[in-house]
Amino acid sequence: MSSEPAIALTGISKRFGPVAANRDVSLSVAAGSIHGIVGENGAGKSTLMSILYGFYEADAGEIRIAGEPRRIRSPADAIAAGIGMVHQHFMLVETLSVVENVVLGAEGGAFLKRGVAKARAALAKLSGDYGLAIDPDAIVGELSVGLQQRVEILKALYRGAEILILDEPTAVLTPAEADQLFALLRALKAQGKTVILITHKLREIMDVTDRVSVMRRGEMVAHVATAETSPPALAEAMVGRRVLLRVEKQPRERGAPVLEAVGLSCRDGRGTETLKDVNLTLHEGEIVGIAGVAGNGQSELLEVLAGLIQPSRGVIRLGGQILATADRHPARLRDLGLMHIPEDRHRSGLVTAFSAAENAILGYQHDPAFGSGPLLSPARIEAHAREAFAAYDVRPPDPALKTAKFSGGNQQKIVLAREIERGPKVLLVGQPTRGVDIGAIEFIHRRLVALRDQGVAILLVSVELEEVMALSDRIIAMCGGRITGERVAEQADERDLGLLMAGVTDEAA
Amino acid sequence: MSAAPVELPRWADIALVPLVSVVAALLVAGLVVIGIGENPLEATALLLRGALGSAEGIGFTLYYATNFIFTGLAVAVAFHAGLFNIGGEGQATVAGIAMAIACFALPTLPGFLAAPFAILGAAAGGAFWAFIPGWLQAKRGSHVVITTIMLNFVAATLIVYLLREVIGKPGSMQPETPDFPASAILTPMHQLLAPLGLKLPSTPLNSAFFLALMALAAVWLLIWRTRLGYAIRTVGANPRAAAYAGISPAAVTMVAMAISGALAGGLAVNEALGVQHRLVLDFTAGYGFVGIAVALMGRGHPAGVGLAALLFGVLYQGGAELSFDKPAITRDMVVVIGGVLVLFAGALDGLFRRLVAVVLGMGRTP
Repeated sequence: MSSEPAIALTGISKRFGPVAANRDVSLSVAAGSIHGIVGENGAGKSTLMSILYGFYEADAGEIRIAGEPRRIRSPADAIAAGIGMVHQHFMLVETLSVVENVVLGAEGGAFLKRGVAKARAALAKLSGDYGLAIDPDAIVGELSVGLQQRVEILKALYRGAEILILDEPTAVLTPAEADQLFALLRALKAQGKTVILITHKLREIMDVTDRVSVMRRGEMVAHVATAETSPPALAEAMVGRRVLLRVEKQPRERGAPVLEAVGLSCRDGRGTETLKDVNLTLHEGEIVGIAGVAGNGQSELLEVLAGLIQPSRGVIRLGGQILATADRHPARLRDLGLMHIPEDRHRSGLVTAFSAAENAILGYQHDPAFGSGPLLSPARIEAHAREAFAAYDVRPPDPALKTAKFSGGNQQKIVLAREIERGPKVLLVGQPTRGVDIGAIEFIHRRLVALRDQGVAILLVSVELEEVMALSDRIIAMCGGRITGERVAEQADERDLGLLMAGVTDEAA
Repeated sequence: MSAAPVELPRWADIALVPLVSVVAALLVAGLVVIGIGENPLEATALLLRGALGSAEGIGFTLYYATNFIFTGLAVAVAFHAGLFNIGGEGQATVAGIAMAIACFALPTLPGFLAAPFAILGAAAGGAFWAFIPGWLQAKRGSHVVITTIMLNFVAATLIVYLLREVIGKPGSMQPETPDFPASAILTPMHQLLAPLGLKLPSTPLNSAFFLALMALAAVWLLIWRTRLGYAIRTVGANPRAAAYAGISPAAVTMVAMAISGALAGGLAVNEALGVQHRLVLDFTAGYGFVGIAVALMGRGHPAGVGLAALLFGVLYQGGAELSFDKPAITRDMVVVIGGVLVLFAGALDGLFRRLVAVVLGMGRTP
């Protein structure tokens, strides 16, 4: 281990048109340490890592790897410099085996056999060194998400990575899997590898890193030793002002049941059962949170309740009335007072190519308020947006601006304003704060609690367990399309919920 | 990671980029002209004089432009719904058949209703022929690109059969219908404007030109000012968001295709009802395919479609004059110029956007 820092960046700047994504950024990462980088969305973390991994070239600045100045113009340069990256969305071929994925791009010659044999031996050694038990012949698509992530890490190590960058690695993991990942990161550190962890979960930073750097608006605003800081201090550095990490919430008596699902099952296009016999009741004035690892039926539950997909079995009652097939349609459900903030605002909640004002009427384009007869009135649509954006603090409050140009938080506020302003009876909320900066998270959480206090029944789906625990009155855990348990929020703890999310039900325990 | 699309000011996006594309295309075409031993400047001058230098030239240019407006709009409307309708030829063919049937089957209409009825027949025929692939895509998942091409061939065969066996002129060796009733014929422009004291030479330009201008305005209204247009654009930009908003992508696909086909029917109106006054074989003459280029160049906006249609009108008319004066430059050369235009304005659009961005100092691209 040399005394030189593993990575030393000095004066890195990168502009995209008029936007300075990185401004005079300097960063020093000690060899053999775990270094955290935190910052809000758009703070420039991803750009900085993309520069380090060769996706972009910096306009100015210097990169030194282990003391050597380096030009990194492509990922191939980065790999040659000993940098490996584990992306948030895995870059794996699902139909190939583990060992085939590991050699992919490093096959070493025209024929596979030798490369594969070499990789198999190397894998066995790596697995031994770091306690990474994995079957080299397993098909990647059949592995759990946690194991797929290990394949990504193995891929990087096989290519000789001394420095490993992980981008939001725990977003898809159960708490237990996240703990295993952290154990692995510590093992890597013990072997002298350097790890850079990009995350927005402050708890992880506190748990696993040695030092942490905070970015805000393209600049580095703090470098601190993790032991000398605290989550509130980091949050303040990220946002530039004091923020409330807890959600203020008064206890409230829940009202009558409004939305009931009985024996709900659902199959996807391939015939796999994605929901299995789900029973659920939502009452007026309560927030019910669904805890679960992504891909365990929560999305399907939201989509079935919102009328976007049809259940294969089961009954849904809204306000005591059984919903007929014709009623289980998004437009009809909106009329009945069931509004939906979808999990993925880019894929379904917004048309990013439209102006913000046009998005503020998505789903309500037939409302007579926005025009007369078959015609829409641009003036009225704009006036409506102006009003809504003022009420929900959408910045910039420019209805004509293309929606893609708003930050994640402001896009989410546009969706929120649209679905809340009409006074829903039931609100389905998916990942309300995904890709949203801390300031906006605070705002969105306060709005949701205010709605619950007004008597709205809210179903909250979030992969952020902390968010579910902070907002919910009741928490339902899901695993494999089934409800595995229910807890009153005050009595829930993370370990207990983690077990339920992993499929360990009360009966089995 | 893909490079972010270059953002340009609106004026540059609408006017400057297409202009740069056209100039670049003309330069390349000029090289080809030099290659065959002619002077490109002289050729350009001849082309422009032929297209715009006389009242007669302008008449022909606008007549061609009328065809391109209809077929360009047809492609543009489908585009907004995320559909690539390459079946303009077939839709115009079936529109012509339906129009002929409307003209001959119901000859008892009062005179002033005959032309509108024939036009409605054309629209209905085109809409029907485009609805089929729309339905196939919406309900069966068959891609419209494939089915519209296939239906072009079906329509081409259908018209041969019908002209020979069913609606053809009795005793004629030509595959054509008898002349349409005089009441259904669209007035030629030189007759139409004569009462205003305007003396125009006789050209194929007829009142279908005004219908084309109305179609431009109507499509603008439809796409940007109606609830249906909002639904069409939503489905085109993000079908999942459309489903979330309670808009049925399947229904919009079928409706947009039908509207697209009806617009392609305008080609039959201009050609058969306005110029030839009867239905002849192959009256579509490739205008349906040029419509794709027109819509691409016009960026799907009716104003752009109008300008691109005019440009192609100039090329067609000027090209005809040019090949008359310079036998070395054949009609095929004009097709080459058109092809280069499509290549530069459509396929290589991004290249010039980047170039324009750099020239305007809009910053480097990643």
